[in-house]
Amino acid sequence: MDSNSLFYSLELVAGSGNTLNVEQTTALQTSLVILKKNYKFHRVLFWGKILGLKEDYFIAQGRGEDEMKDKKTLYSFNCMDWMLLAPATDSVIEEVSKTAKGSFVGDPSYVYEHVEIHRAGGRNDAIQEEVVTKVNEESRLAVTVHQIDEEASVVPRGAYLKSPHGLVQINRSFGGLSHSEAGKLDNFLHFSKAKNLKKKSILEMGDLNPAIDFLDVLSDDIPKGSWSLQLECASRVLVLRSLLWPGLTFFHLPTTPQHGHIYIGDGRKNLDLPFMI
Amino acid sequence: MESTDGNDAKSEQRLKSAAVLKSFMLKSSTESKLNLYDHLSRVLMKVMDEHPDNAVDVIEDVSREVKRGLFEDKQSTLRDLPQTTAAELLAEQQRLLFSRPEEADQEEELMDTPLPNVNEVAFYLEQAGVGLGREEMQRVFLALKQLVESQGLPRCRLWGKILGTESSYIVAEAEYREGEEEEESTEEAAEDEERDVEKEMNPLPQSAYKPPPTVPKEALGTGANKFAFYVCKEPGLPWVKLPSVSPAQITGARQIRKFFTGTLDTPIVSYPHFPGNEANYLRAQIARISAGTQVSPQGFYQAGEEEGDEEDEAPRDSFEVNPDFEGVPVAEMAESLSTWVHHVQHILQQGRCTWVNLAVKPGDDSNEEGEGEEKEEEPDEPEPEVGPPLLTPLSQDAEMLNIPPWTSKMSSVLTSQHALAVLRSNLWPGAYSYASGKKFENIYVGWGLKYSGEGFSQAVPPLPQKEYPSGPEITEALDPSVEEEQVLKEALEEEQAAQEEKDDTDDPEEEDDD
Repeated sequence: MDSNSLFYSLELVAGSGNTLNVEQTTALQTSLVILKKNYKFHRVLFWGKILGLKEDYFIAQGRGEDEMKDKKTLYSFNCMDWMLLAPATDSVIEEVSKTAKGSFVGDPSYVYEHVEIHRAGGRNDAIQEEVVTKVNEESRLAVTVHQIDEEASVVPRGAYLKSPHGLVQINRSFGGLSHSEAGKLDNFLHFSKAKNLKKKSILEMGDLNPAIDFLDVLSDDIPKGSWSLQLECASRVLVLRSLLWPGLTFFHLPTTPQHGHIYIGDGRKNLDLPFMI
Repeated sequence: MESTDGNDAKSEQRLKSAAVLKSFMLKSSTESKLNLYDHLSRVLMKVMDEHPDNAVDVIEDVSREVKRGLFEDKQSTLRDLPQTTAAELLAEQQRLLFSRPEEADQEEELMDTPLPNVNEVAFYLEQAGVGLGREEMQRVFLALKQLVESQGLPRCRLWGKILGTESSYIVAEAEYREGEEEEESTEEAAEDEERDVEKEMNPLPQSAYKPPPTVPKEALGTGANKFAFYVCKEPGLPWVKLPSVSPAQITGARQIRKFFTGTLDTPIVSYPHFPGNEANYLRAQIARISAGTQVSPQGFYQAGEEEGDEEDEAPRDSFEVNPDFEGVPVAEMAESLSTWVHHVQHILQQGRCTWVNLAVKPGDDSNEEGEGEEKEEEPDEPEPEVGPPLLTPLSQDAEMLNIPPWTSKMSSVLTSQHALAVLRSNLWPGAYSYASGKKFENIYVGWGLKYSGEGFSQAVPPLPQKEYPSGPEITEALDPSVEEEQVLKEALEEEQAAQEEKDDTDDPEEEDDD
């Protein structure tokens, strides 16, 4: 969620159970402003918190000109000193998904190991090679943040515009979804590169506006039912919770342009989802 | 020639864009049925007629007047019904939360109230980084107050919140009123009567299968049923009491992994079949979470008076508040787990807190007496299950699934003199406890599911039972064919002939010997 709206947005997502205490919020307010100046971001978001066994990571994200492509992620332990995370490339993602298992430990230099035994050569005279893949927790953190952004970041329809040059920017005249629109899952879009756009029929595309509808709709997610849509806080706030990444909460106040999402959880994907719905 | 063509093209283009603009202006508005073109022409006509001074400054007023003049003609007889939003409906119900009862006696409020100091608890929880947000906590506590007043409960506290896919549950834990009994026995009696009547009319062959005996429920006020739980969807909506939990439900809940939907009567479709609907599943999970994560600083509670010897099997299940508790310094509490103890009984494998020996049958059932005697003669009786006794420190909690069961830290590093010790459970994500001096509290906010490690694997259906042991008497063998029988017959005849010859030769030999 945007650092400008931190002080009231935390109340709105607190229905998921986790908040920040006052000390952390004030520390964030100060350090995020400094971060924005140092890195020359257009906007700084407080992305969330990943809980580890010994320590918790606070994650912040800075956005540049293009909201989707110019992203930099930073982490910190005390909301004051921030370290930059390397962007996750495909090879790192593959390594991490092979090796990292269980909860986050809380130590960025902790190394996860995975040993694979490859047999090369004939049947009996096989040469056994041990391939050891090592990944440290910092890369696991970067990959987790990247995956959550890809699969579970949500924005309301109309909040972001795609200019004809391809730049994705905030829509300054977004007035918020109405109460009836906010109750439908198809008015919420994934904020990541669209994968399903071309599969829509021409009939469906007739109602869409290419400047607004350049992202995937949440109701197309498989399995159906992996998002929980609820009204919280005396039914004033609309809250979307992801069941695939438990801990991700998106909030929106209907008829106002306020929206945002935050992840506070242990950073593990819920692969048992099909059993649980 | 070309320049005139160029001019023509340009003027054509201008006419075209003018036509587009005019058609845009002629589009009627959805709300007022006016269109921009007509409105502008009327405004200009009015300015022409009236020639006001400083026309450009008063043009907005002129426009408004024109609109007002039209409005009276176009009043429609239908009025829009204002749509009540969900927020408005809920606000009506939550208004009751804020009403003060008129006959509130000042003296009663000064005595022990059944609720803890709600604002203090909310403040500490916020320091620990848990909770529902200040406003929501306030509403929840007012709803708890309403519950206590309506049900007359002796003691009540906020247990936590369980998130569901469609809506969530706010759970309150309360002590039973004195003299409360089970209300479900009447329903079971009615069902039995119906079954007996059917049996008399149509005697069907009875199967000889006797299902394994069900483990009996624990009585209200003991073991897993020590507290009553009430749930509601939103503060202000009516509270519903959850039924008491049975051991079969607890063992069933251990084997399935499902999200809650938010409506209490949804059936749970799972394998193995869960005996009950969502209300029972919710109650079973609440019982498991309480048994696993409700902790207190060591020394806050002390064991109650023990009746009888130390050696009897029933573990102590009562405790009292220790009046001499001094409070452990916060830094110590955050560092070592031995300063915290469980104060809810551990649930055994059987599904209860006190073990019941199912092999020993009571002599009431006339059908099963004979079998009961046979079983008692068996040499190996089931071993009694023993769990850790009440008030064991957390340092003795077993490490499951390669993670330490608890994570503890201080709530603040910068102002550590006034910080709290915060304990977070890793086995039940969402369970938190805080302690500061003499004050402590537990809360659970989460999805109601246990940490599953690598992943959840569904239980496999059991192998089909063998009908009978296989042996030589019942294994099929091929019948011998005709040729084989012939061969066998000839072989037997030869043997017989050989045997007769041998007997004949034997007899004369014997005669010779004489």
